[in-house]
Amino acid sequence: MNILVLMKVVPDVVEELEVGSDGKSLDTSFLRTIINERDDHALEQALLLKDKHGGKVTLLTLDAPDIDDVLFTALAKGTDRAVKICGVESVQSTQTAVKLFGDVIAKTPDLLPVDLILTGVSAIDDLDGLMAAPIAHQLGWPYTGVVTHVTLADKTATVIKEFAGGVRGEYDVPTPAVLGIQAAEKPPRYVPVAKVRAAMKSQTIETVDAPAVEAATTVEVQQMAKPQVTGHAEMLEGSAEDVAGKICELLAKRGLL
Amino acid sequence: MAGNIWIVAEAWRGQVSEITFELLALGREVAGQAGVPLEAVLLGSNARELAQKLGAADTVLYADNAALADPVPENAAAALAQLIKERQPAAVLVPLTNLSVDVGVVLAAQLNVPFLNYCKNLKADGGNLTATCVLYGGKMEATVTASAKPAIIGILPGARSVEQGRSDKAAAITDVAVTLAAPKVHFKKYLDPETADVDITQKDFLVAVGRGIQTKDNLELAEDLAASLGGAVCGSRPVIDQGWLGLSRQVGKSGMLVKPKLYVMLGISGAPEHVEGMKSSQCIIAVNTDAAAPIFNVAHYGVVGDALEVAPALTEKIKARKG
Repeated sequence: MNILVLMKVVPDVVEELEVGSDGKSLDTSFLRTIINERDDHALEQALLLKDKHGGKVTLLTLDAPDIDDVLFTALAKGTDRAVKICGVESVQSTQTAVKLFGDVIAKTPDLLPVDLILTGVSAIDDLDGLMAAPIAHQLGWPYTGVVTHVTLADKTATVIKEFAGGVRGEYDVPTPAVLGIQAAEKPPRYVPVAKVRAAMKSQTIETVDAPAVEAATTVEVQQMAKPQVTGHAEMLEGSAEDVAGKICELLAKRGLL
Repeated sequence: MAGNIWIVAEAWRGQVSEITFELLALGREVAGQAGVPLEAVLLGSNARELAQKLGAADTVLYADNAALADPVPENAAAALAQLIKERQPAAVLVPLTNLSVDVGVVLAAQLNVPFLNYCKNLKADGGNLTATCVLYGGKMEATVTASAKPAIIGILPGARSVEQGRSDKAAAITDVAVTLAAPKVHFKKYLDPETADVDITQKDFLVAVGRGIQTKDNLELAEDLAASLGGAVCGSRPVIDQGWLGLSRQVGKSGMLVKPKLYVMLGISGAPEHVEGMKSSQCIIAVNTDAAAPIFNVAHYGVVGDALEVAPALTEKIKARKG
């Protein structure tokens, strides 16, 4: 049972984001990136399946600053093979990312066959599409998204997909398949720094050159800006004690205490 | 503009989802600007009476097929792809719900066009469609032209009000036929939520925790505050993913829709997926260390500060006041 996980990084929104000089994209000069959280869950789900069924987990990423740390951490967690696609500038189009991943999957020896391709169901920068469905379409494989549980048996993945209001649905998906992971069955595992350092010494990251792909052209960003605020909270200032007192007064005035 | 504006109606377990009416309201505006008819597409099985609720559209295209009874995105996408090829709409608006998003992305993949995501507003200007899309967890908005034909556009919940999209007008229903092959993916059953210890949808006072709560141990601070108010603790997605709170306590897109009298938010930045579930709360107080957190555009009162300090201070003040 072999699984390929697709991962990309996204801007860390804990940091202040600024618009670049072109007015159409993010200013990348001081941009900090982190793993797309849903992709991290996809990796964890793959590792949970490996724990249960054996097999190999391969992680494929687009190159990015600090991506080697991400890949060595994944290797320390139990990933068997880490591959990064080099020679890509900051990819700000999901359609372009799909083309890059799709081309590399098709042309790189030994990435296929696998039983499952897992990736995060969405990312905060997915302006022109989501990753999993078009990858599945390219391969001619079935796809299911918003997945939170995966059970494998006899060429079938039984998956649970989230709807709304806590209602979920159970599906049988024949493998090989592509799944968009919303959340792994358990939180992404912690790995001690010492284990990551050991992985850095004993394991290697493979690289493949980015194929030449045409950028997506049918979605054109005219302008990027911070949201225009139509309403804003009345801000309460002071020490924790002060604001607690102010909130208490407000609640009393509204008849909530 | 060549081609009509379509909205994909979402019907689920015998009901038209509220977001359908939001899309009808937005689609009505866009169709008016473009000078073309608005058409709603309803896919289902024995669901004709639901089509009658969609009178805000000029026409309802209703496809009745036994294979459309269950939520199987590839069937719905295949049906839409057939109708799109026959009728050539300019744009197809798809609800950005967990149920419908897969229909939109599979459809876009089949038609080899982008799926324009996170759209909160859409305008037609001459022959162009211009969308406003929410990115980076609500921290940026992109103004985007979508020139694909058709443009497949995922519309965020709350783009317009439900009331705007309701109509007493009798829907003009056109029955359309679709031919569907056996799907690769098989729907087995719904899993309804297990009975919860607390029904957060019925609580007047909720204390919601997010990533800013940092550790499971700190949940106690939120529980103390909720107890002082006579309410309950709920959470955003990261807290549920960590296993710190059960699924029944999740507020937002996949979780519950709550409308309490008071919603106190500790360390929640205000991603659209969470706001969707709590924006109708009567009084919202947000505590967050990030002064630029989008939640301050939604909350009534805000505190830039450490939730781990404010929560216990507030608990003490409330206890003292209540005696």
